Amino acid sequence: MKRSSNLFEGVIHGIFLILGLVTIACVLIISIYLIVSGIPAILEIGLVDFLFGTQWASTAAEPKYGILPFILTSIYGTLGAIALGVPVGVLAAVYLSKMASGPVKNTMGQMVSILAGIPSVVYGLVGMMVLVPGIRKLFQVPDGASLLAAIIVLAVMILPSIIKMSVTALEAVPKEYEDASLALGATPEETYFRVSIPAAKSGIAASVVLGVGRAIGEAMAVMMVAGNAPNMPDSLFQSVRFLTTAVASEMSYSGGLQRRALFSIALVLFIFIMLINALLNFFLKGEKKE
Amino acid sequence: MISNRRKLYVWTVRILMVLATALTGLLTLFLVGYVLLRGIPNITWELLSTSPSYLADRVGILPDILNTIYIIIATLVIVLPLGVGAAVYLTEYASNRRLVGIIEYAAEALSGIPSIIYGLVGMLLFSNNMGTSLMAGALTLVIMNLPVIMRNTQESLKTVPQAYREGAFGLGAGKWRVIRTVVMPGCVDGVVTGCILSVGRILGESAALLFTAGFAHVANGLWEGLHSAGATLTVALYVYAKEQGEFEVAFAIAAILLALSLLINLSATMVTKKYQRRNQ
Amino acid sequence: MKPIITAKDLCLWYGQSQALKNIDIAIPEQSITALIGPSGCGKSTFLKTLNRMNDLIPGVKITGTVEYNGQSIFDQDVNLLRKEVGMVFQKPNPFPMSIYDNVAYGPRTHGIRDRKRLDEIVERSLRDAAIWDEVKDRLKKNALGLSGGQQQRLCIARALAVQPRVLLMDEPTSALDPISTLKIEELAAKLKDKYTIVIVTHNMQQALRISDHTAFFLLGELVEYGDTDQIFTNPADQRTNDYVTGRFG
Repeated sequence: MKRSSNLFEGVIHGIFLILGLVTIACVLIISIYLIVSGIPAILEIGLVDFLFGTQWASTAAEPKYGILPFILTSIYGTLGAIALGVPVGVLAAVYLSKMASGPVKNTMGQMVSILAGIPSVVYGLVGMMVLVPGIRKLFQVPDGASLLAAIIVLAVMILPSIIKMSVTALEAVPKEYEDASLALGATPEETYFRVSIPAAKSGIAASVVLGVGRAIGEAMAVMMVAGNAPNMPDSLFQSVRFLTTAVASEMSYSGGLQRRALFSIALVLFIFIMLINALLNFFLKGEKKE
Repeated sequence: MISNRRKLYVWTVRILMVLATALTGLLTLFLVGYVLLRGIPNITWELLSTSPSYLADRVGILPDILNTIYIIIATLVIVLPLGVGAAVYLTEYASNRRLVGIIEYAAEALSGIPSIIYGLVGMLLFSNNMGTSLMAGALTLVIMNLPVIMRNTQESLKTVPQAYREGAFGLGAGKWRVIRTVVMPGCVDGVVTGCILSVGRILGESAALLFTAGFAHVANGLWEGLHSAGATLTVALYVYAKEQGEFEVAFAIAAILLALSLLINLSATMVTKKYQRRNQ
Repeated sequence: MKPIITAKDLCLWYGQSQALKNIDIAIPEQSITALIGPSGCGKSTFLKTLNRMNDLIPGVKITGTVEYNGQSIFDQDVNLLRKEVGMVFQKPNPFPMSIYDNVAYGPRTHGIRDRKRLDEIVERSLRDAAIWDEVKDRLKKNALGLSGGQQQRLCIARALAVQPRVLLMDEPTSALDPISTLKIEELAAKLKDKYTIVIVTHNMQQALRISDHTAFFLLGELVEYGDTDQIFTNPADQRTNDYVTGRFG
């Protein structure tokens, strides 16, 4: 009796252990698949030509597989979204965490959740129908589908996560810090910006990194507003292609080296994301220590 | 009085904060209002209840609605045991802190991977072996939602008082019996929250499904549906807007998606509130 | 000596409950006044009224008058009042920045940007707070790396850097070990040449050791106020006598 019950518990333990390991297996499988399917095209094209080639012409008679335009577009697009989204997000977070009255805070909390829940294709659709024509008219350019449109859409999309995480970080700032500053004759606003924000810096930095991750990984919304021509991002009004959209836009009809090159692009994107994750972890750990 | 320079600073900062908050609020109102205004007039019974047909020159989204429901069911059925099981392992069984750390790190990594990469790997792993199908899409979504279910379950397992477990062990119950009778009932709210959040993510997902579940608009039964290609509402929205220029349909779908995501937000808030009240 | 702070008929409510009842007190310049009494007697509340830190708590209602320098504190700009009437808190609360930036925070807030002047202010404040020798080689290091007693003296230096005339201390030694406590007490005794100090303390010996005047609070009332020697040796009120002889509290 004793024995069979031990065996039974052991089996159950084993089952749960396997379930626990599924997560690790998933990460390993994803990494291995991406590496195995991403490396061959890079070897064939040559790492330098692939990463630093300025021309992508996968369907030309003499195909070119340079993804520098995509890399730069992803970097510029993300930086642009951060430049717009972070100031707005952090300012709103300070207001909501420190100054807003109860009802305002609750309503805005709901709004931010709603913003976070809107599917990316809906952002893309509104971007296509409102933003793209708006840019065309406002700046007198032939087509509004551009880097600028993508930056604006991405900025709005990262706003909720920046606000939410920054509010959490700001609310965790010990009240003693703020009291000390007020007692020195600083106004509340001076206190929030010179004491509270510096004290919450690792949480706010983590929110920014999270925003970077979201912006660099977003595909569908960007695909609908950025124009998707594989140009170098020389101007805000250029039609551009991101790393994500490069994968998505040719996958359905590609074959051979072209298809393998798409996997290599995904690998590059994956490496970017893993670096960002490591950075995020670093900031979150920093916050725990404080 | 404080110096003018400080007054200027205070007022600038104050105005900027209010502007930023107002901008966020107005943006949300605009997005929701615009989509609903343009979408709701296009939602007709015919749209909801028929399949698209070139012959009859009509667009119907019934297949997309069905596909969305099927893929949600299939994903949850598979991801729940995996996610809850992993969470139970982490909180109840795991004694090796390093392993726990690695599993949690893996879950974090999973939640940081963009959906387009899931789409690609899902295509290689599932669609290339079993064909482009809702099932292949669902399996892809399982990996994406694993961390969501796992983390929410874990959080609520942590709130089950240690004394309950000790009490049950004290009565001579075996570990599995303790987990089944004392621990699991305590994590129902976490599982429910996780499910709601997962449904929200599945509803909004498109990039991961394009190359795994495909674009077909055929109304099928559950079993047949899972084994054939099909577009969910989100993918259908993309196809109608980007490839076919059917903007009325796209806005109608957008309005439906938005309404559903509002509903999900609301229920998530309600569950969390109920849960907090119970824990107090 | 002429009073620097006077309260007349001061009452304070937190919502429905009255925390201070008709307080009348005149605090003389360049001396140490100790506020004593059992927990919840209103002594900390009174202290926090003097630099209007109570303004921050929602639902607080105040009647009566408090004058600083002959003018009602409620008519003065709150930020300038707090510059003149500095505060040291119960728990050392240096900002999570460098030692230098902690001390320079106040002067910078009040508009001093010149690097040389800041350097002077930081050094002078740290010297006045008797911590200069301990930290002069690591001014750029994070203040959270200091010991509790050092942190508290840093907080005093930080308060001194804006050149206040009054220093409010809210049980500044209750979180510290005996040696650090002694250092803070010595410091307070030295500082009264330049500043007026009002200190809340639970520690009778401390009040006796350092203060010139003592105010005894009980249940929101100011029971007795006078020279420290008189309060401890020959109190006029029976309740004061019971308290200082250790019969309650």
